[in-house]
Amino acid sequence: MKDYKYIGTDVTRIDALEKISGAAIYGDDIDFGANLLHAELVQSTMAHAIIKSIDISEALKVKGVYKIFTGKDFPYKFGLYMKDRYIFAQDKVRFVGEQIAAVIAFSPGAAKRAAELVKVEYEALPAVLDQMEALKDDTALLHPELADYPHVPWFFPKPGTNIAHWRKTRKGDLDKGFSEADFILEDTYQVPRYAHCAIETHVAVGKFDHSGRLTVWSSSQSPHTQRHLFAEALGLSHKDVRVIAPHVGGGFGGKAGVTMEIIPAALATKLKGYAVKLRYSREQEFINTYQRLGVVAKIKMGVKKDGTITALDHKIYWDAGAYVEYGANVVNAVGLSAIGPYRIHNVSIDSVCVYTNLPPGGAYRGFGYSEMLFGLESHITRIANELGLDQIEFRRKNAIKAGDLTAYGAKMNPNGLIECIDKVQQAIEWGKKPSSNDPTKVIGQGFSLFWKAPAMPPNASSSAFLKFNEDATINLIISGMDIGQGYQTVMAQIAAEILSVPPGKIRVETPDTDRNPYEWQTVASHITWSSGNAVKKAALDAREQILSLINRVYHYPIDELYLEDEAVKCQTDPAFLLPLKNFVVDGIMTRDGTFKGGPINARGMFMPEFSSTNGDPETSQGGHPNVHYTVGAAALNLEIDRETGKMRVLKAALAIDAGKALNPDLVRGQITGGLLQGLATVLYEDMRYNDKGKLLNPNFTDYKIPTSMDVPDEIIPIIVEVPQPDGPFGARGIGEHTMLPAAPMIANAVEDALGIRIKEMPITAEKVALAVLNKDKQ
Amino acid sequence: MKELILKVNNELRSVYVESNEILLDVLREKLGIKSPKCGCERGDCGACTVLLDGKAVRSCLVLAVEAEGHSITTVEGISAEKLSALQESFIQFNSFQCGYCAPGIILAVTELLEKHPKPSLEEIKESIAGNLCRCTGYTPIFDAIMDLTKGDK
Repeated sequence: MKDYKYIGTDVTRIDALEKISGAAIYGDDIDFGANLLHAELVQSTMAHAIIKSIDISEALKVKGVYKIFTGKDFPYKFGLYMKDRYIFAQDKVRFVGEQIAAVIAFSPGAAKRAAELVKVEYEALPAVLDQMEALKDDTALLHPELADYPHVPWFFPKPGTNIAHWRKTRKGDLDKGFSEADFILEDTYQVPRYAHCAIETHVAVGKFDHSGRLTVWSSSQSPHTQRHLFAEALGLSHKDVRVIAPHVGGGFGGKAGVTMEIIPAALATKLKGYAVKLRYSREQEFINTYQRLGVVAKIKMGVKKDGTITALDHKIYWDAGAYVEYGANVVNAVGLSAIGPYRIHNVSIDSVCVYTNLPPGGAYRGFGYSEMLFGLESHITRIANELGLDQIEFRRKNAIKAGDLTAYGAKMNPNGLIECIDKVQQAIEWGKKPSSNDPTKVIGQGFSLFWKAPAMPPNASSSAFLKFNEDATINLIISGMDIGQGYQTVMAQIAAEILSVPPGKIRVETPDTDRNPYEWQTVASHITWSSGNAVKKAALDAREQILSLINRVYHYPIDELYLEDEAVKCQTDPAFLLPLKNFVVDGIMTRDGTFKGGPINARGMFMPEFSSTNGDPETSQGGHPNVHYTVGAAALNLEIDRETGKMRVLKAALAIDAGKALNPDLVRGQITGGLLQGLATVLYEDMRYNDKGKLLNPNFTDYKIPTSMDVPDEIIPIIVEVPQPDGPFGARGIGEHTMLPAAPMIANAVEDALGIRIKEMPITAEKVALAVLNKDKQ
Repeated sequence: MKELILKVNNELRSVYVESNEILLDVLREKLGIKSPKCGCERGDCGACTVLLDGKAVRSCLVLAVEAEGHSITTVEGISAEKLSALQESFIQFNSFQCGYCAPGIILAVTELLEKHPKPSLEEIKESIAGNLCRCTGYTPIFDAIMDLTKGDK
């Protein structure tokens, strides 16, 4: 293994001082002075209705109200992958909470009071609140105009139905696969919707100045994508749209793409000279950003007695909500990958994106794979148990290896899945579960594998600028967002390694699209890999400029020169040592008093040029839609109180193949954080809607996210490193993956402890206690 | 509007407030002290935690007029001279990710360590049970506090 100075070390976060001292500036912390206006939304109280009239007369009388805007003022469509959404509802509303109008006032209080006085008259339409209902022939259509919506070429909407996209993947011969099976298990699994619950709610401020330039300050994972969508929707030139993204108080996918940010951006264009702020309340954060999609998954799997999987038929129906401009790509991603990390020759996957009158579904850490793996990894354990096979052996036997074909026919990348399985099995002491002294408590063990690929357009790219300062410190200018994962630190480590400048001497700022080069979005766990490659190229460009200059002035051959400890050195002349700070801005003075060189400014860019979405629409064979997969395994010991159903994770082990952990402590941070977020989705959380489509628990009192009291007693994070050939120093992304195995592990552990299989998330204490009661009655 | 004299981070500040204004908004919007964050406006999340006479309170549930005559401390005050040992330990352990909950947690633990310089893990967990963190899984926060308070440190 190569010896690195900064790569692979536990560098402390370069943004720590700002965040720990209270200096870090988040969206709502920026001051805008006396010309700041506040926007409050008028939101639909109906799940599906025609807007008959909007009466703003009473609202306009409220002191401090400046203007009120409605859909008529902004008849513009927008969307990331499919333009099916309006800035404000036009003739119809399609979910409870949809924005109908905005009141603009000089104080937040006045805006809020006035918004409550706007009267909207509706004509109710039948509300479609369940994706299986939405698929029936006689159900109301949410989008009769579906045929007219522009979308990316890899979506296949079915106009005249509520199906916004249908990803079909077919490989081998399914009938033959099932006929070869000795055992077939068929069942249905359900997963509800979930909320991201970043502690910072969405906030965005738009300002359209008198020169016609739009600036938006936005709590965002996607500043460049936002600029692009604002420019497109509002008919502005990209050069006249500027997005400034300060620190983000948690993203988890919820601040990817564009949701509410387009509202202040659009409002600003009609409020010239003012800044207009929209800050979501916690309730709005629950109701009208993206939510994780709900799932009904029907799985049929065939297996031989020896444990070889012969066939998989996986049908997944997604409750994608009223608008699917981003959510349909969740459906697409899983439709390509619903075999899980297994080698299966005969496959049929139908991943169906269904419109419902619930809030829009979109990106959520895991991008659909959590939902898919709940069913699949539950199913795998059940089949192993039915056949009398050890469930880990069964997984190991079918685990996908480098070079095996994925469901869409591309080759699987090098990976350490078997090593992850082995290490987790050892760490959790599989088969040797502890027993409880308390007779009311039982303990179960659960296991799960996971995999996930970045879901991104084939031309999603990253870029980097790097400039040296007089003292040989560096400004690294990039446009990914540090949403907590440690992006800025890891990018600094990459530049540090190549340029021999310590990470602490490298400043990475949050982006401003006017000054920072293009980055697609900070999503998909692709940023370490993609932006890391761009930063590496920028650092190599800087090094080349430095060494060329030394060669020009001192005539040492370039291949004998190297960088070490912030200086240029020469292999063949140990006496030569030139500190970077002597010349990286001012150049080098030669004998005649003239200077050579000048400021070192470098650039780097990365686009995965091998990626393509040109698969056959009926089979998905032929393209290369996913750049690579990250894989892993996890297990836990779960203590369950038979009387109350209360569960406690005694010990959990999670192994992930990071390719190369550029900063192991930050990888461990993703494991402890992601695992708890995953456990929360299965043990505590779910979004409860009434029969009118209204969310019943839009706050932290009724939607319980974990506190410090809910942490597993012991977590064993395990890092495996099978290098990603095209990754920076071999790295690939790990950010989302750590929450993927949580739900099936719990379901599998509950069955191990109680003999009860729960197939509908969440698996709350209440549900477990009731299941025990029912079982005891029988 | 009423004029208040608030003692914030050991300085006396004059500010005009309405009687229904919450301390969080007055600190942020009228005094420019931005480390207390808004996360829920109903006392669920703890991001707005400040110390009132050394006791951690949610500034979204305190009226500004109630704070007169009390000493208010925010993270800006704790960091004024140099970082506290607790803050240094949080840096060393990469205890925060997005950092939004950090000011509140730092203040909650500051109160704990005043009362219990050598807290048990259970006491640590309880002290921040009202401060939600969605990123870290809390474990690196526990580790930083345990390391700081172990042995002779």
